Formats: sequence, C-alpha cells, structure tokens
Amino acid sequence: MIHATRDYLTFLWRCARIAFVGDWRYYTWMGGLTVFSLLGLHAYCNQFVHGLIVTGMSDEVSWGVYIANFTFLVGVAAAAVMMVIPVYIYDNEELHDLVIFGELLAVAAIIMCLAFVTVDLGRPDRFWHLIPGIGQLNFPRSMLSWDVIVLNGYLLLNIHICGYLLYCRYQGRKPSKWFYIPFVFIAIVWAVSIHTVTAFLYVGLGGRPFWNSSIVGPRFLASAFSAGPAIIILALQVIRRVTRYHITDKALLTLRSIVQVSMIINVFLLINEIFKEFYSGNLHVASSKYLFLGLDGHHALVPWIWTAIVFNLISMFLLILPLSRSLRWLDVACVLCIVGIWIEKGMGLVIPGFIPTPLGALIEYTPSMNETLVCLGIWAFGLLCYTIFLRMSVPILQGTLSKANEHLPEPEAGVEHSPVPAPH
Amino acid sequence: MGRRNFLRSSAAFAGLGALAASLSPLREIGDYSSVDEFMQKYYKEMTPDDMSKVIKRIENEVQRQYGIRPHVRDLKPMDGVEFVYCLNLTRCIGCRKCVHACVAENNQSRNPEIQYIRVLKLPHGSMDIEKADHLYNPEAVPQKGFFYMPVQCQQCHNPPCVKVCPVHATWQEKDGITVIDYDWCIGCRYCEAACPYWARRFNFTKPEIPKERLNPNMAYLGNRPRKQGVMEKCHFCIQRTRVGRYPACLEVCPVGARKFGNILDPDSEVSYILREKRIFIQLKEEMGTNPRFFYYFEK
Repeated sequence: MIHATRDYLTFLWRCARIAFVGDWRYYTWMGGLTVFSLLGLHAYCNQFVHGLIVTGMSDEVSWGVYIANFTFLVGVAAAAVMMVIPVYIYDNEELHDLVIFGELLAVAAIIMCLAFVTVDLGRPDRFWHLIPGIGQLNFPRSMLSWDVIVLNGYLLLNIHICGYLLYCRYQGRKPSKWFYIPFVFIAIVWAVSIHTVTAFLYVGLGGRPFWNSSIVGPRFLASAFSAGPAIIILALQVIRRVTRYHITDKALLTLRSIVQVSMIINVFLLINEIFKEFYSGNLHVASSKYLFLGLDGHHALVPWIWTAIVFNLISMFLLILPLSRSLRWLDVACVLCIVGIWIEKGMGLVIPGFIPTPLGALIEYTPSMNETLVCLGIWAFGLLCYTIFLRMSVPILQGTLSKANEHLPEPEAGVEHSPVPAPH
Repeated sequence: MGRRNFLRSSAAFAGLGALAASLSPLREIGDYSSVDEFMQKYYKEMTPDDMSKVIKRIENEVQRQYGIRPHVRDLKPMDGVEFVYCLNLTRCIGCRKCVHACVAENNQSRNPEIQYIRVLKLPHGSMDIEKADHLYNPEAVPQKGFFYMPVQCQQCHNPPCVKVCPVHATWQEKDGITVIDYDWCIGCRYCEAACPYWARRFNFTKPEIPKERLNPNMAYLGNRPRKQGVMEKCHFCIQRTRVGRYPACLEVCPVGARKFGNILDPDSEVSYILREKRIFIQLKEEMGTNPRFFYYFEK
C-alpha cells in the first residue's frame, strides 16, 4: 500500500516537473498564456470588488458573454465522446490512443465551463450553498442544479479515465477492463446529458419564447458534435507537429466524417428553426427578428449571426466536397466551423433571448473591456491546462516518461529523449 | 548550472510578482462580507436564537454604515391570510408616484437606480406589451389615446423564479408572497431570466442610499438594505402588510387605482372585486403562472 502510494506520488511529481520543461516554443507559448491568464485574473479581481457593474450586463440583458462561452464549451466537452464512440463501440484502431487527447480536452473544457459560471456569480463567496449536504441544492427542480451535478460528474469521470489509462501506461502494465470500460460507457451517456441539461436550462423558461423551443436541445448536440471534433482535428495536427507523436491522416479523416455529418444536421436544424420562427409570423418572433434582421433600429447582433451562418455554410460545403480530404482545406473548414458555432451557440443564442425584455423594452448589450479580459483570461487558462495535460501525456504514451526510466536523469529544457515504442 | 538556477529563480520571482499585481484590486475589498455572514445558516433552518443573532448583526451593520439604529424584524406570515393585489387600469393615470413611494419605503439603491415597479404606457386597444413605452416623459399625464399599466412582482401561484433557483434562496410563503433570503442568494440571475414579468432586480454593485433617506422600519425578508451581487424584488411590503398596514404603492396612489387585501376573507375589498367585477385579467395568463395580481377595468 505504502509502496503503491509512493509510486503514485513519484508519478505525479514527475508529471508536474515535466510541465515546466520544454523548448523555447513551449516557454513562449506558456509564457503568453500565463500573461493572459493573469490579466484575466486582474480583471476578475476588479469585478469581484466592484460587482458585475463592470460588465456590460444589465437587468434587461442579465446574462452575457460569460454564459455564452460556458454554453459553447459545454458542447466542446461533450464532443469528446465523438472519439470515444468509434473506438469503444466500433473498435476503430486508428483513434485508439487519440481518445485520451479528446478526453483531456473535455477536462480542460469543463474547467473553463466551471470558471465561466463562477465569474458570472454575483456572490461567488457563497458557492458552498450549492454543495449537497451543507448547502441547499434545489435538486431536481432547478435545471441549474442538474448542471452542477452533471458537469462535476463528467469532470470526475474523464479525470478518472484519462488518469487511470495514463498511469497504467506509465507503469507499463495493461489496464484492467473493469476499471475503465464501464466508466467509458457511462461517460458516453453522460456527455450527451451535459449538453442536453445545458440546453434544458434555456428550454425550460416559458417566459422566453426564443429559448422555449424543443429544437434547442438537438441543435446543441449537432453543433457541439461538429465544433468539438473540429477542435480536436486542429489540436491533433499541432501535437503531430510539435512532438514526435505519430498521428495518422486516416485518424483525422475519420474525425472529418463526424464533423461533416454533424454539420449537415446542424444546418438542417437551423433551417427548421428559421422557418418556424418567421413563417407563422406570430408576436413571439421579436427576438429572432432582432437577431437576424434587427428590430426598431437595433441590430448589434445582425452582422455576427450572418457571419456565423455564412461560415457554417461554407464549412458544410467544404466538408461535403472531396476537397476537404486534403488537410489544408479540412483545416479551413474546421476553423470556419468553430468560429461559426462559437458565435451562433454563444452570443447568438444567449443574448437575443433577453431582447426584447418580457415587458417589451429594447436594451442592447455589448461586453465591456473588463468582461472581455476575464473571458480571454479563462480561455488562456484553459489552453494552459490543456497544454500541460498534453505535455504530460504525450511522453507517457510514447514511453519516454515511464516507471522503467524513473532512475534516469530528468530531461532538461530542449532535450527530448528518443522515442521508445509504446507497449501495446 | 548557476546560470540556469538564476534564470529559474528570477522566473519564479517574476511570476509571483505578476500574481500579486493581478490580485491587487482586492485591496479595495472593504466590508464585502463578514465571517458571520459567510457562515450564516439558511433562513428556514435558523432557530429563533440564530435569527436574533442575525438580526443583531444586521442592525449593527446598518448602524455602522448609515449611522441610524434600524428596527429589523423577522415577520412571519399570518394564519388565514393570502394576499392579493387588484389594479384598476381605468383609473391609473401613469403618474409613477407608486414607483417612487416603493423606492423610499423599500430602501432601494438610488445609485445605480433600482425600482420594483415599471409603468408601461400602451396605446388604446392593445394589450401587446411589446408595443409598450417604458420611458414616457410628457409635461402631464394621462395622455389622450393611451392607458397605463404598472407591472411589479405578480406573486404567482406557480412562480418560475422559485422553480429555477439552484439554492432555494427564493420561495413562496404561506400568505402567497414570494420572498428572497438576500443572505443566501448566490447571484446567478437564473430567476431574472425565468421571470415572465421582468419583476426581479439585481444589485450589480454596492447599493447607495443617502443616510437621511433610509427607512429604519425593516424586515429580514423585506426592505433591509441589500448587498452587492444579490437579487431583490417587490415583496408586497412585507414589513407593512404583515402587521396589518397597506403597501406603500397603494397608500400613495392619488386616484385609488390600487386595492390590496386578504382573498381568504370574503368581506375584503379584493374578494368583492374578484367576485363582482365583470372583467379582470392576469398578465400573460397563458404562461400558467397564475398571478395573485389582477388588472381590472371600471369607471
């Protein structure tokens, strides 16, 4: 027991050490992310002291970019399963090791999600009121309480799966199926649940006709399953470039077909929504009118949403065409898809729900400088976490960081061990 | 090796310095919260002893901040009482006296301004509140061709705000009033998004009330001063109505458009109105919220 604990602590210590070791590109990247994280922290401390008045939010538009980014990132986290499903259900070998990179992205995304909800709270010091047992969690009535549970549960599930698989690889032993396969299947269902619950957060509000529509849930899933794997496609190519880790083109193309199908469904659902809103022409169309066309001289979101739609459409056509089998075009399609969905699922979903207010007032919203810095800070911190996770996991998967070489000297900056074939 | 160690320690120092600089705004934190406030129990779990300690803490805080010793009470709902509000749209002239009486009575923030009542100006012949004018400001009211509809918390039987609150910080009491425990609210503003009547307000910063304007007659679930970062809204003037007085908005109304009382008492004015008047409406009836606030028409 003591032995196992010591081994595990050594593992954690070596992982932590390697996070501080890299070449100049690594230090530049991490340094830049740290600077942005600290700028965000500074902006948040300012908000903590003076209140949410330093944001662009108001009683009229009471949620803004924080909740918009939160919504988008829940989708990114949920999309990790789109790599897990082919591997564990269809036995796709190409993606096998890459699943870990997907799940680590999910962990980083959930950390960002939790940060975005926390910065949105007026009284973050009272977060303990949410903890079951000592607080008063309104479960199961409040959808927000569901969200607290599913997000934290998903975080733990993914930490367990990645952590266990990586530790086994580090020790050079075969993972015991009972220790992770059941959790993988739970995580698949759970991933769908996190995004569905987040959609229900909006759908459940009868007083907001823009959100109170059954299509929001399916659209959330479709957009998440295109933007999420698109991010993974880009991340894998970065990993391939900056490390010696081998990732095949075939694996990237498998992910391409996932993005492709999801994007087609996403655009189809968008058409459904636009038709329903505008053709029937009832009074509840005001929010959609504000979003797509502008209302009574207010049209802050119009250029954004049309950019998003154009990006989504171009991305869809690129993905359908054989052209995107070439990585250059696939990357273009992925970037357009990510940006398009970030606009559409973020600002395009959250803000129009508040405009006009339930009493018909038209007050617009623009994020403040302070708010933007907090967002940038959280994104930088999330990328920092993901980079550290990759910095630890790539050498483990390659076998350069393993129990076997525990007594060898630690790698110094800029010096990589030559890759040892990973045990299969 | 020496150079590397030097670089490492300088990087660590620079990092710590940058972290300290990032945290520097916290120096202005002031009286954000106290240990007692942080540890305070949930309203419904407090014993009478806990409550008297909390009330003492609040009275001390108010005295320190405003120089006035307030009288804070924890008023419970009365048995056999369910409050209902009736508002006569034919009489309302849109003078907004109710809005300001409410602000004065309930210690709302003057900077930034928080108001519980919003008076809508609507063209004759329409109940489509998307056509409402919130910011009308003519020489004199009423203006020809318009009617006025004051909207405040509707004290719903099925309140969406209570359903969505993740921490039970808002709930409906026996007498029909939906209240907020300002010391339990985490400020997520989900209730504000859920309310179909736009009745809830958030303290985006520390509320400011001039000392001489503070109303020292306070209730825990009512008009005691709020903190930064929590929700508030109309509570039918709990500090008045639970001791048998009328709400401030009713008392100030110059045309008698506002009626308030106990619906469980068949002899009350509101029982008479809901029994005898031919037309009365609940705002956004189709939401299924079933408000305890009724609008009616009568000369």
